[in-house]
Amino acid sequence: MIVTKTSGDHSILASPRRLLFPWLVTGGFVALVVWSGLGIQVDMGALVGGEGRHQMAVYVKKLFPPDLSAPMLREALVGAIETFAISFVGSLLAVLIALPLSVLTTRTILYRGILYAGRRLGSGEKGFRVGVYASAKAVLNVLRTIPEIVWALIFVFLVGLGPFPGTLALGVHTGGVLGKLFGEVLEDVDPRPLETLRATGASRLQILFYGILPQALPQWTSYALYRWEVNIRAAAVLGFVGAGGLGQRIYISLSLFLEHQLLTLIIAVYIMVTLVDGLSAWLRRRLV
Amino acid sequence: MRSSRSAGFADRFGSKSAFPYLFGFFFVISFILSLRLAQVDPRLLVEPAALANLGRFVRGMFPPELSPSFLQVVGPAILETIQISVMGTVVACLLAIPLGLLATSSLTWSGILHERAGRFYQGLWFGPYALSRALLSLFRSIPELVWALLFVRAVGLGPFAGVLALGISYGGMLGKVYSEILEGANPRPLEALHSGGAGRLGIVLYGLLPQALPSLLSYTLYRWECAIRASALLGFVGAGGLGLQIELSMRMFQFNEILTLLGALFLLVAGVDFVSGRIRASLVR
Repeated sequence: MIVTKTSGDHSILASPRRLLFPWLVTGGFVALVVWSGLGIQVDMGALVGGEGRHQMAVYVKKLFPPDLSAPMLREALVGAIETFAISFVGSLLAVLIALPLSVLTTRTILYRGILYAGRRLGSGEKGFRVGVYASAKAVLNVLRTIPEIVWALIFVFLVGLGPFPGTLALGVHTGGVLGKLFGEVLEDVDPRPLETLRATGASRLQILFYGILPQALPQWTSYALYRWEVNIRAAAVLGFVGAGGLGQRIYISLSLFLEHQLLTLIIAVYIMVTLVDGLSAWLRRRLV
Repeated sequence: MRSSRSAGFADRFGSKSAFPYLFGFFFVISFILSLRLAQVDPRLLVEPAALANLGRFVRGMFPPELSPSFLQVVGPAILETIQISVMGTVVACLLAIPLGLLATSSLTWSGILHERAGRFYQGLWFGPYALSRALLSLFRSIPELVWALLFVRAVGLGPFAGVLALGISYGGMLGKVYSEILEGANPRPLEALHSGGAGRLGIVLYGLLPQALPSLLSYTLYRWECAIRASALLGFVGAGGLGLQIELSMRMFQFNEILTLLGALFLLVAGVDFVSGRIRASLVR
């Protein structure tokens, strides 16, 4: 009697809840937006009409025309190349950090799945491997959670101003991001080729190199290229905290109220980012 | 023996293609040049001064600063960060919806909706299409922190500049992805509506949106997750939120405060990821 009653209750309760969910979420978001709007006092009226628009127009007028004198163009070019170098080396460093950590955060390589079919790890051994997995995962989380600009501040504090701390910051943060993505790719490889390899008597190391890695490589390349596109944007702003590149020059011309030079540098950022996006898309087509 | 191996190698990459060699060459050259330009010098990391600073930093972080007076500063900063991210995403949507629709080629000038339209008509719509694509590309190619710098100058210090900066750069990204989602929609329902005599608006509302809405909402939520991270950093250039506190504490070498602030940032990001992830999962289902 009681059993039927509870099961009946459940089915009655479940369906309205499912129906209510979208409305609850929508209501929640509307409340969130209203609360945020009140908190920030976004005055859209002032922005599009009168005062705000006037202020912005004045500033835009101040920016134009960009400073296109030869020394300024050279400065922008040097900054752009430096930014490119920071993003490039930073991304490679990130891959270097991500490779070992991603292997250590792949449960199917460490202690379970097809590699361990028919082979039982001792409980001490298994506990150790689970520990390795958990600590590598924790390291990745820390690397990823701290934003690159905070890493840049920390590295500027450690090794002084310049592009090197910027490179380290990009490498460490992106290493955390790529490590997570690479690990997910490793866990998701198709198990059938691995089974075939195992059936032919391949060792575990051989399965890793001939079965798992070849499957993961295209995805890895694709992710690394994508993060490079993110990093060129990041490298352009790390200079705000003294870590070199176009950002440092942008910050200086802004502080000195050199608006025309500022515009030149911003145009340089735009060109740089567009070129890298194009290059990355082309490489992705060729390599993946 | 040797020649057969090299032939096999050339076969694999196609004997006519010089791409692997060229790629390798340019990769190595740019790597070497970049190492020099980025002034990479690992020795700097193990110099006594750097190690001493590292020790100061790590020791200084513990215990984290949890005094009520500091938490009273952190709390409002967290709330402000959330508010900036929400309003930034709202502004981004307001920009992305019209620009994204205009940048969708299947809506403006090509594809089945315009099969019977004349050359002239197509040309008429190509202008707005190209313009909105260019605008979206401009919006998203300039990093949000640079936009924030500009808006801080144009409208003054504070969270409003952050909202505008996020809105512009995320508007550029959302608009591009919106147009990709809409272009990738299955054309057959649209054809059916078209042949049934539906107008352009009808086709969009009853054919396109129902298909694309889950992806559009899901991607917008994903961008909100990113916006939380970004808005926490806008403070570095004076646009409000947690970033301002992080920079202040770093400049004053208050590393115990840094640990608290980073912890708060971690909880904030994890919380938003969780909520947004739950909602996205229910959208896709």
